Amino acid sequence: MQQSTAQTPPGAAGAQRIALLKVLGPAHVWALGVGIVLVGEFMGWNFSVGKGGAYGSLIACWVIGLLYTCVAMIDSEVTSTVAAAGGQYTQAKHVIGPLMAFNVGLYLVMAYTMLEAGDALVVGDLMKAVAAEFGHADLDPRPFVVLTIAVLAFLNYRGVYMTLTVNFVITAAAFAALVILFFGVSPWEPGKVLLHRELLVDLPYGWIGVIAALQFGMWYYLGIEGTCQAAEEVRSAGRSIPLGTMSGMITLLIAASITWYVAAGLMPWEYLGQAITPMYDAARLTGSTPLQVILFVGTIFSAVASANGCINDASRAWFSMGRDRYLPAWFGAVHPRYRTPYRAVLFLIPIAVVFAFQAPLDQVITFSILSGLLGYTFMSINMVRFRRQWPLGSIKRGYVHPFHPLPAILLLLLCGATYFATFLGYGATLLAVMAFYIIASLWFVFHRYKFVRRGDQFTMPWPRPRGY
Amino acid sequence: MSGRYEPPRQGGLGQFVDSIFLMVLVFICLLAPVFLSRDQSATAPGAGEVQAPAGEQAPAAEVTWESLNQTPVQARQWEKLGHTPETAKPIVENRFDYTVEPVPLIITALVIVGYFLMMLRWSDREYREVVRERFGDPARRE
Repeated sequence: MQQSTAQTPPGAAGAQRIALLKVLGPAHVWALGVGIVLVGEFMGWNFSVGKGGAYGSLIACWVIGLLYTCVAMIDSEVTSTVAAAGGQYTQAKHVIGPLMAFNVGLYLVMAYTMLEAGDALVVGDLMKAVAAEFGHADLDPRPFVVLTIAVLAFLNYRGVYMTLTVNFVITAAAFAALVILFFGVSPWEPGKVLLHRELLVDLPYGWIGVIAALQFGMWYYLGIEGTCQAAEEVRSAGRSIPLGTMSGMITLLIAASITWYVAAGLMPWEYLGQAITPMYDAARLTGSTPLQVILFVGTIFSAVASANGCINDASRAWFSMGRDRYLPAWFGAVHPRYRTPYRAVLFLIPIAVVFAFQAPLDQVITFSILSGLLGYTFMSINMVRFRRQWPLGSIKRGYVHPFHPLPAILLLLLCGATYFATFLGYGATLLAVMAFYIIASLWFVFHRYKFVRRGDQFTMPWPRPRGY
Repeated sequence: MSGRYEPPRQGGLGQFVDSIFLMVLVFICLLAPVFLSRDQSATAPGAGEVQAPAGEQAPAAEVTWESLNQTPVQARQWEKLGHTPETAKPIVENRFDYTVEPVPLIITALVIVGYFLMMLRWSDREYREVVRERFGDPARRE
């Protein structure tokens, strides 16, 4: 029998104590993190080219890579110490307080559910594009969007082990597609297929465009922190989370470099900056049918893997908030047979479908990015408080990241720059997102918090926090 | 103050209303910028607040790759992607406007900073309640 760490709350179905299963290893953690993010190499990152040109996007890729390295370092230490479903949400609960935790839970749910909607839209758009090439230009992509979300939700309903094993296979295949494309364009023979000299231009907007590009530069890596959501279901959090997260970050840095290099050498920046499926377009430009097929499969796999991981993560965050009564307790139930947070999985399906059909893709992506960015801002504050309230040696840590507090400070500065980048072009959306979180916070403080059991929020076997 | 807080039970209808509230709120916030900036972004292909360059309104002259400042190599790639100068024109000529208006920037910065300050302040108050209930009142310790 697996170790019991989750309780069925009052009001949830069944009275027995049922836990999430501890069945995952480092490969599953890698598959969860990279699986969510890798679609960002197939689409989305290229909007940074539209905001700052191809070189602007490359600089954004490096700068945001630094931001995510800080995220991965901080996450590895805190998550390997606070090993519970909900990831950063649970960390916020133990280190900062309930209102912050409620907001962090919402950041996670919104970021992942909107990303899931974007992923399903990509599947639909790609099916439509391929159908058009074969003479069926009027194909309706919507059934593919709904089918993608429904099938993946069913997989998540049935069990985490199978869900993330599937993710490992399709994520590895999607990554292999990028590597095959890289070698397929003969990078050792510049000018033969890749035309960097002819296509690359100076910064079209100057350096302010480079800063603006940071916004969509996040798409290269957005979601790697989702590895934390598996903390309660891994066999050894202290080993699996840092190993899976750091190896995932290395994979993404390689994938981002390949992606930029190939796409910038094949497409004019104006086209690249607005393309929906740029890597599939890159394969089309090579004129190679096998590469086109491989990139079609790779793009579909990456979008499916991402949507799959997003359903997994969003449902864990929603479940955790229900379990703690930050949301209705009904969501805190675990399936008696499959041991999954099935009510949270089911509730978020129609939400994702409506996001996909009713909201513009760029607004959905920006909402997702900003929710992620707010979460990273929280992480820098959280890290400083975590070390201050429990200095090294006072509690058992699975991993200790080096150079503290440098990564936390750097992360905060880079978050500030990325807020400014979002303001450049998406100022109204930024304010709308902030309005959502402010109103939600007021709702929590003045209405929802009365349903929360105070002392139960602190579940870790730690001593009293220093200063409290 | 050191007594254990017992929260009220929430009925099914209350739980339903609470679930729907957040989702309605997120939809309003998601769609508000679209409606507010509809006039500004009506010409954009998929990005908010994008503007075409001023002073170049729909010339009657024929559109060519040269008039779009595309080199022969760039034009060849456009054509491989299925575009003509006419279909590429709106994509090439759309530009972001990065003019920074100080007042909206200051307001946005104040909103973000204020949000986090409010959050930390309220969270701290709630966190003290959690710690007091979990570890006991420090004033009562020996």
